[in-house]
Amino acid sequence: MANPIARPLNKRVLLMGTCLCDAFYDDTAKATVEVLEHLGISVEFPDNQTCCGQPAFNSGDWTASRKVARHTASVFAGELPVIVPSGSCAAMNFHGNLVQFEEKPDPAITSLAKRTWEVMDFIYNGLGIKTWPGKFEKSTRLAFHRSCHARGTCTGEAVRTLLASIENAEVVPFGEAEQCCGFGGTFSVTFPHISGKMGTLKLDRILDIQPDLLVGIDMSCLMHLSGLAQTQGRPVKHLHAIQVLRDTLP
Amino acid sequence: MIGNQLIDQYARNITDEKQHSVINGAAAGTEKRYQVLHKDYLDPDAIRKIAASIKDHTLHHLGEYLAKAEQALVSRGVNVHFASTDEDARQTILSILQGHGVTQLTKSKSMAAEEIHLNPFLIENGVECLESDLGEFIIQLDDDEPSHIVKPIIHKNRREIAATFLREGIAADYNDDPETITRRARVHLREKYMRAQAGITGGNFVCADTGRVALVTNEGNSRFGMAPVGVHIALIGIEKIIPQEKDLAVFLNLLGRSATGQQLTVYTEFINGPKSANQPDGPEHMHVVFMDNGRTDVLASNCKEILRCIRCGACQNVCPVYRQASGHAYRSTYGGPVGAVLSPILFGSRFPELADLPKASSLCGACNEVCPVDIPIPDLLLRLRDKAHREHVHSPAAIPMSPFATLATSPSLWRTAMTMSKAMNHLPIQVAPIKPLQDWLGQRTLPDSHGGDFRKWFKGHKKS
Repeated sequence: MANPIARPLNKRVLLMGTCLCDAFYDDTAKATVEVLEHLGISVEFPDNQTCCGQPAFNSGDWTASRKVARHTASVFAGELPVIVPSGSCAAMNFHGNLVQFEEKPDPAITSLAKRTWEVMDFIYNGLGIKTWPGKFEKSTRLAFHRSCHARGTCTGEAVRTLLASIENAEVVPFGEAEQCCGFGGTFSVTFPHISGKMGTLKLDRILDIQPDLLVGIDMSCLMHLSGLAQTQGRPVKHLHAIQVLRDTLP
Repeated sequence: MIGNQLIDQYARNITDEKQHSVINGAAAGTEKRYQVLHKDYLDPDAIRKIAASIKDHTLHHLGEYLAKAEQALVSRGVNVHFASTDEDARQTILSILQGHGVTQLTKSKSMAAEEIHLNPFLIENGVECLESDLGEFIIQLDDDEPSHIVKPIIHKNRREIAATFLREGIAADYNDDPETITRRARVHLREKYMRAQAGITGGNFVCADTGRVALVTNEGNSRFGMAPVGVHIALIGIEKIIPQEKDLAVFLNLLGRSATGQQLTVYTEFINGPKSANQPDGPEHMHVVFMDNGRTDVLASNCKEILRCIRCGACQNVCPVYRQASGHAYRSTYGGPVGAVLSPILFGSRFPELADLPKASSLCGACNEVCPVDIPIPDLLLRLRDKAHREHVHSPAAIPMSPFATLATSPSLWRTAMTMSKAMNHLPIQVAPIKPLQDWLGQRTLPDSHGGDFRKWFKGHKKS
């Protein structure tokens, strides 16, 4: 699931907030705006945006998901980069959509694919920011869960490098990092038992390293892991990487 | 109903013992594979891309390469047969055996033979058929089914095997030391080998340019099985062709490393045809049975990339769902990610019954990441979900999506729904009589709704 090559850069960008931030995680979307503005980027939020369509796509109802994808492509029409604080929704734009439109390519869909950036990738590879001038008050162990939809993309390296450059931060590797957290959207509903066991294993590996903070790039994975952790009586402090960038700024 | 997926139920009911065997076996395989690939190659990813393109090229010209392979095999004195269905393959093999008067044979491990249930068929027809791979031999003793492509007994532990040996009279006493188990199997099998009249094998690769058949094992059983017999039959799927012998350099290097974390499998045979005049032993007759059995249908489908598969099992090892549910949950010869794609389309008439397999995935993509021929398995799973939906195949995983699509294409309705979702914060949703919701919330908490808060903040922020 490689990133599209040669995505456009601009001082103005469109923010795709994602439905999870719209419903639950407003602070992640807010942090995205604040960090980008801190970097001199002007952020616009098209008000008619809804969801990338992934739930229907993954369920196999491509009639429904193509409808949603066309809506999203029209909301984000134009030339500007589209920035997404989620590896999963970004991958839907630049990969999933191309799969569901492979028999009848749609220029608006292809254009959206070519302009979509996961936010950490945009900062690191797009804007070329390789170190972050942030600081934790005291020594902080970070567990970074590179969610599955960032496999094969530039996001993992971007996050690891930026987090590690923060003063007093240590990114501590944990076991079986390639394993999924078990969320998978509707998968966690239709396969609740397997999903729960996968999440528990993931948590075990993360908690092995006794992190001060669990950092992710998808609120969906963090919602799943923290939801399980809380039920199991071992809550874990968690933030999106973009929140870490904002919160550690002087 | 939702949440009543067979594979999820299977994982719920699996014994702890079996689950531990599968998880430990699979995780060890993943770790070893990673170590050896990265120790030996600066960029393992580049090699699997080459392998993928060789396979794609071959599949694109499969008719030509099959004809070329046939010609090369015939010129080496091999009898070549084509079987279009499983029934054809079974009958072809039976008539070859009958033609040579064979009543006893040994068989090395072959997924193609598993696919057509060759063993029970031959036994029914009066041919004694002994599995010579240790894992498959144990499967045969237990009347069980393999649950992994490379490690058929990944779901068993040594205590169970020791008990089987005692029960079957292969061991005089209970001993679960792996070395003892293996030595006992060796004594038992060796005697059987010597009485066999034919050997059946699969084939990992057939080189179209020379007709050479490459066969890998870790026990040397297929090679040993060839020594005393007069007839060798290789049952091979038509997708196993590679254009040239030199392509083996790519595939053999990837296969051992991906399958078992070995640089090369312990025994790698290059079979040139029947015994030649100056060879002291080996089969005088060699037959290759090329089997289609649904493969041309797969080739014509939008999932043809799955035919690149070289049966290494790396996708099974890494798959979190396979680890939880085991290969048996997939109810077909091929389990795990490769099986979730291959089984429903290879056995086309069973599609409705197996349409749940492609849904048994969080689409995490670990399978694609480890695949030595870079099969985009998650994309193929999605295409099969789309196929099931288009063909109206009932599935308990089908959450109705048209209301979602309506909501997600009506921005003002969407915004209203977001704001209203805050009301949920004051409702005891964990007691709502909705089974999937209860299943979900039984294990996880849901965060409080902040529906619409970001939009509100952003408007204020822009004004300021």
